[in-house]
Formats: sequence, C-alpha cells, structure tokens
Amino acid sequence: MSVNQANASVHDKSEVQLSVRNLCVDYITANGDVRAVNNVSFDIGRGEVFGLAGESGCGKSTVAFSVCRLHKPPAFISGGEIIFNGRDILKFDDEQLRQYRWKESAMVFQSAMNSLNPVLTLEEQFCDVLLAHTNMTRQECIKRAGQLLEVVDIHPSRLSDYPHQFSGGMRQRLVIAIALALNAKLIIMDEPTTALDVVVQREILQKIYQLKEEFGFSILFITHDISLMVEFCDRIGIMYAGELAEVAPAKNILTKPNHPYTEGLGNAFPPLHGEKKRLVGIPGTPLNLFEVPVGCRFQARCPYVKDVCRKEYCTLTEIAPGEFSACHLHKDGVVDIKSLEQQPVQG
Amino acid sequence: MSNNNPIIEVKNLVKDFPINANALKKSHMRALNDVSFNLYKGRALAIVGESGSGKSTSAKIIAKMYSRTAGTVKYHGRDIDEFNQKQSLMEYRESVQMIFQDPFGSLNPTHTIFHHLARPLLLHKKVSSKAELPERIYALLERVGLTPAKETAEKFPHQLSGGQRQRVNIARNLAVEAEIILADEPTSMLDVSIRLGVLNLMEDMKNDGISMMYITHDIATARYLAEDIGVMYVGHLVEWGEVDEVLQKPAHPYTQLLMSAVPDPEKSIHDNLEGGRKGEIPLWTPESVGCPFSGRCLQAMDKCNQALPEPKEIAPNHFVRCFLHE
Repeated sequence: MSVNQANASVHDKSEVQLSVRNLCVDYITANGDVRAVNNVSFDIGRGEVFGLAGESGCGKSTVAFSVCRLHKPPAFISGGEIIFNGRDILKFDDEQLRQYRWKESAMVFQSAMNSLNPVLTLEEQFCDVLLAHTNMTRQECIKRAGQLLEVVDIHPSRLSDYPHQFSGGMRQRLVIAIALALNAKLIIMDEPTTALDVVVQREILQKIYQLKEEFGFSILFITHDISLMVEFCDRIGIMYAGELAEVAPAKNILTKPNHPYTEGLGNAFPPLHGEKKRLVGIPGTPLNLFEVPVGCRFQARCPYVKDVCRKEYCTLTEIAPGEFSACHLHKDGVVDIKSLEQQPVQG
Repeated sequence: MSNNNPIIEVKNLVKDFPINANALKKSHMRALNDVSFNLYKGRALAIVGESGSGKSTSAKIIAKMYSRTAGTVKYHGRDIDEFNQKQSLMEYRESVQMIFQDPFGSLNPTHTIFHHLARPLLLHKKVSSKAELPERIYALLERVGLTPAKETAEKFPHQLSGGQRQRVNIARNLAVEAEIILADEPTSMLDVSIRLGVLNLMEDMKNDGISMMYITHDIATARYLAEDIGVMYVGHLVEWGEVDEVLQKPAHPYTQLLMSAVPDPEKSIHDNLEGGRKGEIPLWTPESVGCPFSGRCLQAMDKCNQALPEPKEIAPNHFVRCFLHE
C-alpha cells in the first residue's frame, strides 16, 4: 500500500465518529473467494450525514453490515480497521459487541417496514430492545417507548397495536424510533425509504434530519437514488465493484464529478427541468467480481480509458481539499471530466 | 394533443373491488372513479401516482385482465367488450401487450429465451413454418440489443441480468407486432445504469409508431419518455395534459405536493412541501363524496367535501379536476 494513501477524511481526529480504514470483506463461494469490498476507507464526522451510493452489488450494504459487525459466514471481514470513537470494533469480544450494538450504532435495514415482528405489539418490540440493553424496569421502558413514538409523530396510545395496523410510512417511522431508543451515536440507514412514495419519503427524511440536529448523531446513508442523496447528505462516497471511486462534498457529485463512473451515474438520472435530450447512462454491465481485471475496475465501461488504466491500479487519492478520486485522469493535476471528449465504448 | 384519432379511448372508467366480503355484508372499495384518457399512435402517456392510486388497475382493464364496473374503453372506436370470441380476442391481445414490473418473475425459468420468443410467434401465427423461427427470433433479439443473438437465444432466464430479461419481455411484445404497450413500472426493479438503456429502447419503439402507456412513480423518467402525463390520486385522475406543461405549472394541489417532494439535486431537503399536508390516504368507496384530496389540501373549501369537481381545461391540453380553477 502506498504511504501517501488518502483516508478520505476532512476532519480533525477529535471530531471523527467513525473511521473505516482499508476495509476488506470476502465472501466464500463454491467458485472461490470473492472480495466484495476492497480497501475501502472513509471517515464520518460527528453530526455528519455521509452517503454511500452505487449500483446493486457494489458493496455498499456490505460496508454498512461491517460497521455493525453483522456479517455471518460465508461473509467475513478479511482486513482493515473500523475505529469507532477511538476503539477498533473488529477487536471487540462478544460482550463488548453486545454493548456496542444499538447503544453506539443502530441500523435501519432495507425494507425496514417489514422488519417488525408481526405477532408482537409495538410495546413488546420496544421493551425487547430497552430491557436487553439497559437496566430500566418494564414501566420505565413503556414510558420511554411512548416518548419515542411522540418523537416520530405517532400517538403513544398506539403502543398496544400490531404492525399491520400501521401504514408503510408509519412502520418505517416506527423502525427509526426503535433505532433511536438508546440514543445511538451513529445510525446506519440502508435504503430507508426506497419502498415508499415520494411525499412520505420526504416527510421521513425531514424528520430524520430534524432528529439529527436535536440529538447530534451521525448518519451513514445508503441509497441508489443520487438526486435524493445530493439533497440529504453532507458528503458522498461513490462505490463501484467493491471500491470507493470517489468521495466528495454532496454538491460536487453532479456538478463536478471527479470520476468517470460518477459522471455516468449522474447522467443516468433524467432531469426534471431544462430541455429533453437523449441520455446514454453507462454502457455495459456491472463488473463480475470473479473476473476482476488488472488495473482499474471501471476500464471496460469507461469512455476515457487509456492504456495506463489497463495496466496500473489506481488508489483513492486526495486531488483537491476534501475531494478524493481513484482515477488516472488526475495524475497530472485535476481534470474537469465533464469537458473531456468521450470515446465510444464496446458493450 | 395530436389530431389523430385515439387508438384507445377510455371514458368515465369506474372499477370497484369487493373488500371485507362476508355472507351478511358486502362492501366495496372504488379503485378507479370517472377516469378518462386517450392513447395515441407514436405517443406515450405516463401515469404517475402513489402505490394504490389505481395506476395498474387502469392498465389491466385495458388489457382485459380485469372487467370494469362502469364506463367505456374503445379500441379504434369499437368497445373492447366486442372482442370476446376466440378469434377477435386473440387479435385484441395481439395488439395490446403488457410489460410487467418484475423481470425475474415474468419469464419461465425452465425454458430458453428461444422458447419464450417462439411461443408468441407460433400462437399468433407470425411465421408460416417452424423453419422461419430462428431467423425471426435472432432479428428480434438484435432489435432489442441482445447480441450476439444466437448465444442469447440458447440461454435460460437465470443466465441473464434484470435489464436483459426486461429486454426479452420487450422482444416478446415486438414479436406479435403490438400496437399498444402497457408498461407497468418496467424499470423500477432495474439498476440505475441499466434503466436508461431500457427506457431508450422503449423510446425507439414509441418513435416507430407504437402507442405506449407508461406507469411509474418516478416523475423524472416519466418526463424523459412521455409526451403526456396523468397524475392519479386515490383512483381519480386529478390532473393531466402535456408533460412539461403539467410538471412546470402544476395546477392541482396534489400535483404541487408531488412536485415539491420529488428528489431534485437543485433543491434542499429542508424545503417545505407545498400544496398539502401529511395525512392518511382515504379509502374510497362507492358512497364517498367530494374531492379525494380535500382532507390533506391546504386550500380546501366547503364544496370540496360535497362534490367531485368536473375536469376543466385551463390551458391547451392541460386539464385539472379542482374547484380552485372553476
């Protein structure tokens, strides 16, 4: 590994909530091991919203699972460090891990509205979390559950209801309320609103942001919807085939992409304003991780591919303050990718 | 709207579904109420709205998968109920085809792609002998961008990606030379980088003269593909017309709410929602009266709870159903 490898950080040490260093996650399969996450490094500051975007299978959910150490075989973390508040959670024993989960970092899963137990009342589900992680009595737990429901604008009298009595958007808010139960310092949200309608989606995200301002937690936000991510996040990391292709402030992602994949991803979303023109998106199909080529992983789909891309691997480097890119184009100074001429791509 | 005669003419369509039915009591919900729209040659109509607003129901009625409670649906001026004999029904099904949301569930896992395309060609007698099949099938696969065609034809569905499978579904529609394609969220299960390829393919088909109904909840892709747009709320078409006219100058409070909620990198997450407040989506029954949005509308008046507003053309090819524009 190169000495000057960037850590995709813009924070002082004291302000960092979570620091992921050279994380590698492998899956054992019948056809050999697959590295689903390769050498991923990023930091999340206190109170910051950090987004991870990319296509399905690019490893963004795998990173999220690693941060809570939820991987089970055939997946395992094969290298790197995950430093949370100065402690490496990969070295935790079972008891430390139990203390860490939910109290320190909580997770809202994809299609979270289906992750409530259908045969238990809400009261049971809230108490389940609170009794397992605190010394509260049952009465105190019920009181706390009522407060949490009020936080997400649901009347506390509904604690005795079952999940099916709530709408999709309400169930989503309930799951977020449970994630907030122990004032976790980091909340991981894996596509928290994908299954919801846009109006409900916006209401929930505004609520989450308001709660973040109030309680000061950090958010790791995962989605494939770049437009939504640019609106919601402070900084965004773009992942391709298990690696970070770019990390940059949210506003730069669409206006000033530093990696050809980011540019392609931005072009894949038709605009809501302006003239209608034919978009091309990204030619080809996502990389099969069994066939990782020498050099850059994006080479087969890149419209700016050069000889060096097929020979040399490119690590994530800081090309401007707060802007990181893993692309050979920036080797001799920062290049404005949008102004480059594209070559036709086979595929 | 174009001056051509519509291929499909939907008028005052109503659809009720039974709910909570038991021996003593039968109640219904109204999935579609007084919906009218037309489909024209070489144009796409996008239908947007939240889940449960009746988007798919209207497509399934046109495809004759559901019967209707009231209203008329005409195909080239003939009521679709006339197509009920074996032969005429076959002809109708040949010209009206659907693309479904789930490309993983809509292909048979035990058959090759060749088989999937051979079936419609044989059933609808598009080939005079089986010897013609390979040539026709390879041409179809090439047209939808699945090359090399010969290798693709030998594959099974599980060997293809979601985008490729959706292309096979589109090739099946092309095989029977469909005149109308009803696409029910065809790209919502596809990856972002793949989605655009399928949309562009649909755009090409539309430009070749196919009439299209594009059902989606993604307003940005609706604008990309369609010339006309209809916004649905709880079984009512509340606003419809030329796509940019409706999206840039939304007149119905629900459309305004929808537009303010759409993810847009030029906006901030803190911008307030416009036009309406949060609230429960009502269950519409045959007995319900008034405007379905009145409970959430910031500008609701007394009469909004008493009667459903009639459609009004507020600009050329821009219709809205709201008392604010009377």
